[in-house]
Amino acid sequence: MTVVADRPNGLEKADAATPEFEKAANRAASRRGFLLSLPAYTYLVLFFAVPLGIVMIYSFATRNRFGGTDLSGWNLDAYRKLGEPIVRDILFRSLWLAALTTLICLVVAYPFAYFIATRTPVIRNLMLVFVMIPFWTNFLVRNYAWRVLLGNDGLFTNISEALGLGERELLFTTSAVVIGLVYGFLPFMVLPLYASIERIDLSLIEASRDLYASGFQTLRRVLLPLSMPGVIAGSILVFVPSLGAYVTPEILGGAKTTLLGSYIVTQFLTARNWPVGASLSFVLMTIMLIATLVYFRTGGRNL
Amino acid sequence: MSGEPIPAVKLTGITKRFGDVVAVDDIGLEIADGEFFALLGPSGCGKTTTLRMIAGLEFPTEGSLKIFGNEAGTLPANKRPVNTVFQDYALFPHMTVEANVAFGLKMQRVPKNEIASRVQEAIGLVRLEGMGQRRSQQLSGGQRQRVALARALVNRPKVLLLDEPLGALDLKLRQEMQSELKALQREVGITFVFVTHDQEEALTMADRIGVMNQGELLQVGSPAEIYEHPVNRFVANFIGQTNLLDASVVSNDKVCLANGEHIPGHCDLPVGTRVAVCLRPERAEMYPPAKVPDGQRSVTGRLESVTYLGNALVYTVVLDWARLEVRRENQPGGYRPHVGEEVAVSWTDKAISVVRA
Repeated sequence: MTVVADRPNGLEKADAATPEFEKAANRAASRRGFLLSLPAYTYLVLFFAVPLGIVMIYSFATRNRFGGTDLSGWNLDAYRKLGEPIVRDILFRSLWLAALTTLICLVVAYPFAYFIATRTPVIRNLMLVFVMIPFWTNFLVRNYAWRVLLGNDGLFTNISEALGLGERELLFTTSAVVIGLVYGFLPFMVLPLYASIERIDLSLIEASRDLYASGFQTLRRVLLPLSMPGVIAGSILVFVPSLGAYVTPEILGGAKTTLLGSYIVTQFLTARNWPVGASLSFVLMTIMLIATLVYFRTGGRNL
Repeated sequence: MSGEPIPAVKLTGITKRFGDVVAVDDIGLEIADGEFFALLGPSGCGKTTTLRMIAGLEFPTEGSLKIFGNEAGTLPANKRPVNTVFQDYALFPHMTVEANVAFGLKMQRVPKNEIASRVQEAIGLVRLEGMGQRRSQQLSGGQRQRVALARALVNRPKVLLLDEPLGALDLKLRQEMQSELKALQREVGITFVFVTHDQEEALTMADRIGVMNQGELLQVGSPAEIYEHPVNRFVANFIGQTNLLDASVVSNDKVCLANGEHIPGHCDLPVGTRVAVCLRPERAEMYPPAKVPDGQRSVTGRLESVTYLGNALVYTVVLDWARLEVRRENQPGGYRPHVGEEVAVSWTDKAISVVRA
């Protein structure tokens, strides 16, 4: 056979082989990706998945009389305890406060995020830095600062006295916890909202106004739907840590407003009932997991 | 009231400042009902700002803006009987074509069954039948532009504003849409005001053109008036290709070219004023130096280059005091000088106009 006669066939083969070649290249790329992420995988498995498994095993175990845990004889007793009124109240109170915190954050953060997103780039970056400044101080310290502000002789009490509203003490109330949570988690709402509003083409707002929509209608029909990914991301970022909050309720809340986070800690450390602590942790995690799934189902794919 | 028709849009002394920057400087303009009006100018000349002021997306710093006789300068956009086709269409990405088109009617609380029929009618008008359920991301540039048109026209505005409506389309589609827009305007009979930097587009589509530069409205007139009798050097240069020869006024019907030659040219400016003689490349003729026909003015120069355009040839001729372009149709057997040859560029007295420098 001659080289010349072979050429057309050779070309055809090369064409047909291209997808095969691409598949091989893709496989190689994904292999490289796996190797690169191996350290992260190892870390997650060792320090996250394995401990999580241990917690799960404990949640099915039984507390013995001496405050230890019997790993034999698995049962659902710890989960049954969740039905008790005291635990149920704590769970609902935590859910309610987390929802309230999320809502307040959303209402406060949205106009602010819109404001930032519509500034010039320089001012925009400056304001984003301002949003992040609180992170430069330790979370614990900031919560103690609120204790001073809300306390007996604090700023709030003095203001309410000066306004003739009487001596109102906020510290150790549910309101104090909500104030603290909103303060602590507000940036987590502002940032995703900003990110999604910033991506909206502002001429859409003008188009909406041009098409006879009022400012409120524009917010409801154009801005909100288009920034929904940010609304959902921000809500989850605030709701999830609020639900499991421990530090803020401990410092600003009273004994009457025990929340889930504190209750779990008590179960592990004071009551020495590890199975109940573990099962509650799992319930909390399930709620967060559902919230995350909702996020990916609705807004997440638009991100 | 007299029988004078009320202009669709009337601007009187409209000025817009952004801080220290004057975007629009003391503009007066009347646009008649049913007119297809183009605001033409280079980018940054204030044409878009003017359009946005009519739309209510920007408010004038000074002056009066009337829409069908009603003062509208301070009305917000949603209270004006005008609609806009935005430059990048600004279609709502979270809505279908139908929902986009229905938006304005919904906001005006038009009854549901009327919305449905008007939306279908508008979609039919721009020939997008069957596309109603698509989203804007699934449409081509030309289709998006039709949706933007339908979304505005469905509201039956008294004035339709178009901001560089064809700017994002490729050449072929743009030419198609030009004639389509023109036909559509005749069909619906609504006043169209459109902004463009493309002089060809303005000449093709508009009944009248307003030429703007640096915030000022330089000239308003029909395409022919603007092309034939530009008021100054800028307009002459901006509308079409042109040769501008430096000259000065000798009397009200004679000017003196920079080479000292006196030629007839009508001009009302005082004697001695510096002006320019505008000679369109397609109106200039070219002959061998000794063969210029009687009755034509001519200047002699050296042929520097020839550009082949297919349907025409553009010759660049260099004189020691000017450079001229001559455009000749590509006819067989015509005079075809070679680069470097001496040629005479000539014109009849009617071919030129005198403009302010």
